Amino acid sequence: MLLVNEKEVFFHAGMTLADLVREQDPAADILLVNGYPASLQTVLSDGDQCWLWQRGKAPSAEEMRHLLYARHSPGVQGRLQERVVGIMGLGGLGSVVAIALARMGIGSLLLADYDVVEPTNLNRQQYFVDQIGEKKTAALRDILQRVNPHVAVTLIDRRLVEEDIGVLFKGVHALVECFDDPAMKAAGLRAALHHLPGVFYVGASGLAGYGENNAIRTRRLYPGVYLVGDEVSGAAPGQGLMAARVGIAAHHQANQVVRLLLGAENEVE
Amino acid sequence: MKVFCNGEAQEIAPGMLVADYITQLGLDASSVVVECDGKILTREEYGSHALQDGSVLELIRFVGGG
Repeated sequence: MLLVNEKEVFFHAGMTLADLVREQDPAADILLVNGYPASLQTVLSDGDQCWLWQRGKAPSAEEMRHLLYARHSPGVQGRLQERVVGIMGLGGLGSVVAIALARMGIGSLLLADYDVVEPTNLNRQQYFVDQIGEKKTAALRDILQRVNPHVAVTLIDRRLVEEDIGVLFKGVHALVECFDDPAMKAAGLRAALHHLPGVFYVGASGLAGYGENNAIRTRRLYPGVYLVGDEVSGAAPGQGLMAARVGIAAHHQANQVVRLLLGAENEVE
Repeated sequence: MKVFCNGEAQEIAPGMLVADYITQLGLDASSVVVECDGKILTREEYGSHALQDGSVLELIRFVGGG
């Protein structure tokens, strides 16, 4: 059997992608096999997952859900869909992490911030000019809805303190620390180590300016607990926060969360 | 007396509090997570926990930006 647009289709030996297209959808011009673009000459194997699509055609909601993930490695989606990830702080790190996780199909996001979108945020945060003055929580939820309407989003619209963190994020599978304030970064890690055993944790420190790309790294602090950044480049006069380097760190964080959730780090879940 | 901080031996005054030690290093205690002899200290313990001869410290220091 083949899985074609999520439906089972009979497989026969020697079948090519061209045979399948002729049979199923002769107008299809976007062809994916096992998450990867493939040519018409591709010889199919039993069990292959195929997507056939016409460029520009508007999908139904159900088709959209499948198409969003059609380019992921098979088997990854089901596991991410069942996971809940908390994000503390929705600035340059948090807004990028949230969008990346939504695109990858994390099932549920718990998003915390107290602030509103300001013009000075737009140099690196994922908000739009027409969202200035909105709560970051609501503004980010609106963006995520446009990216992937299948992610369940819960908002925590308040200023977090150390004592809250273990209570508010109890039950998440992974927690991402995206605060701006270094005291809250320390508080977040302390709270997680004391009160959230078994929750994966990915913090960040040292991502300001336009320093070397590869100085940003992901360091394991404790089992299931990681820190991203160069650990020295703080935001300071003369060393601002810039979209690219903040984005590098944020995507380290997002990828680390996915690695942990998919069991790629040999961590005990 | 001697303590080991992030793998390095350091000579310090006997009975020094964790908070004073962090300040002496030129760091802001509020932005540092402290593991002392295998235990993560609460924020309140920084000002009350005295270092012992041979204490093993891991300091995780945070800088701002997000």
